[in-house]
Amino acid sequence: MRSAAGAGTAERPSAEEEEAQVRYAFRKLGFYLVAAWVAVTLNFLLPRLIPGNPVEILISRMSQSGTIPADEDQVLTRLLGLGTGNIFQQYWQYLDGLAHLQLGLSITDFPTPVSTEIASSIYWTLILVGTATVISWVLGIVLGTLAGWKRGSKLDAIIPSTTLLTAMPYFWLALILIYLFATNVWHIFPAGQGYNTNSDIVPGWNLAFLGSAVQHALLPALTIVISSVGGWLLGMRNLMVSTLSDDYVVAAEARGLPPRRIMISYAARNAVLPSVAGFAISLGFVVSGAIVVEYVFSYPGIGFKLVDAVSNDDYPLMQGIFLVITLAVLGANLIVDLLYGFIDPRTRLSR
Amino acid sequence: MSSVTGIVQIDPGAAGAGALRLGGRLREIFRSRRLLAGVCIVGVFAGVGIVGPFLVQNANTLSNHDWASPSLSHWLGTNEIGQDVFAQLVVSARASLEIGAGAGLIATAISILIGISGGYAGGIVDEALSLLTNVVLVIPTLPLVILVLAYVKSNSLLPLILIIALTSWAASARVLRAQTLSVRNREYVLAARVSGERAFRVILVEILPNELPVIVSNLIFAMIFAILTQAGLAFIGLGNPTMLTWGNMLNIAYNDEALSFGAWWWFIPPGACIALLGMGLALINFGLDEVLNPRLRVYRPGKSR
Repeated sequence: MRSAAGAGTAERPSAEEEEAQVRYAFRKLGFYLVAAWVAVTLNFLLPRLIPGNPVEILISRMSQSGTIPADEDQVLTRLLGLGTGNIFQQYWQYLDGLAHLQLGLSITDFPTPVSTEIASSIYWTLILVGTATVISWVLGIVLGTLAGWKRGSKLDAIIPSTTLLTAMPYFWLALILIYLFATNVWHIFPAGQGYNTNSDIVPGWNLAFLGSAVQHALLPALTIVISSVGGWLLGMRNLMVSTLSDDYVVAAEARGLPPRRIMISYAARNAVLPSVAGFAISLGFVVSGAIVVEYVFSYPGIGFKLVDAVSNDDYPLMQGIFLVITLAVLGANLIVDLLYGFIDPRTRLSR
Repeated sequence: MSSVTGIVQIDPGAAGAGALRLGGRLREIFRSRRLLAGVCIVGVFAGVGIVGPFLVQNANTLSNHDWASPSLSHWLGTNEIGQDVFAQLVVSARASLEIGAGAGLIATAISILIGISGGYAGGIVDEALSLLTNVVLVIPTLPLVILVLAYVKSNSLLPLILIIALTSWAASARVLRAQTLSVRNREYVLAARVSGERAFRVILVEILPNELPVIVSNLIFAMIFAILTQAGLAFIGLGNPTMLTWGNMLNIAYNDEALSFGAWWWFIPPGACIALLGMGLALINFGLDEVLNPRLRVYRPGKSR
């Protein structure tokens, strides 16, 4: 991707530059380790800082349905993984548990460990949200490049309508798609679940299950793609437009370079940088949207579990899911930042 | 006027500085049809939010006409307990607008403060603010808001606005920081610094105007985002069940089987309102971009493509 490639000579990066690259990578790694620590600590502090004590909430809920044993609050404290002793001892127990992937026990599905609950649902989310996000990003970048290039054309004129897509609530679009394609108008797709649970399909690496899973994933994936593509498209289009008026693009035009080359190698390559940087950021948004989409489709992913946990006051599960989602998005951020440093040398400079 | 201002006027990249003189540009503003359309849409919603609740029938009145499809007496039909959907739709507008404006403004103010000062200061300040931004950024908003709300269990609007604002400023702070990083080394900014301008003035005069389109677009997207987040929260049942909002209407419609009854008049309008309000805001964004950012407005003559 370096300019050296265009010159034809194999120009090796200098030792200094290589060192800067390594330093950049380590700096980023350090940053994200600190960020991960803050997220983990926040997860520890939240239930202790916020007035609503989960133990009290659970006990008051239980007391409505009957009498509760005297030592119930201690039992609950242990179940919730809240720890004992002073706050530092609790914190140590929490970190120790985390290191052993112990996130407490789920209340809804007592006594399943939270980590088991999460492990059973995370693949659904990873595959659905991952695939849908990549499709949406690529689609948005390609269409945005074309719209920005052909500014003022018919293609560009339909751009405002994509803002309608961006402003559309994910779950509302999901409702409409279910109405249209599953339950009321055309009965093409299933309305919910991750695979056909009424048949004798066994989850695993068999064709029947995979086919059913793909069929069930199409409508949720379509929802995510439609709702998120507008943002990519719009951002890319605007950056294309402002890049196109930069001097070096004008100079390239003056030199008589083929328009295609100017569009891709000169304008789009620079305009895409913020979109790369924005990919991880938007991943957080997409994950947020996907939670609600999973809820609408009763999709057996982590978002559906989260909503389920909230409605059941299942605090350990809620926090475990929050932590897993957060750490996943953090990891994605790290990867994209490292990539970004590689693509755009300017960001590697410390000042 | 110092010599610095002269440099600014020559540099085409600083043309955004001229955009501050909005007053003299009314004609241009109204030439942008997108802006006009956006202002109209948002204006209608604002009007509905303010006076609407006094004009429609009581949104909570029950009647025997349950599941009635749209008619002259019920413009958008009725729901499963015979409440008028149109009246509910009108009453719901206010909460969405309050949340959008409140959370959007707070989030944008925080993002300007943190993003620009970090990007401009560099060094340890930037490291610290970037770290803060990254931490808030990498924590996906909705799960965090869900978690906090699950503990707080508050039914009023203010905690919700604060939680949304405090979790959603980071993305735009990061964009502003990146923008500032690229602007701060441009010639006219360097010139201003070399000539001894104070940092505060450099940021306010040389950097901020250049980032105005980004800030405005951030504000508008923060509003849209807040409205969407609130709707999503209400939809999964984390809103005040007695307060009428579009998200709440959708929650009840979904849980009371509006889909299997085919009651499209119940679940389509609330989402359409959210999308339409969002589109109105985005159109304002587009229009302002055309007015504020000459690079987007001026057509390049190159017809060869």
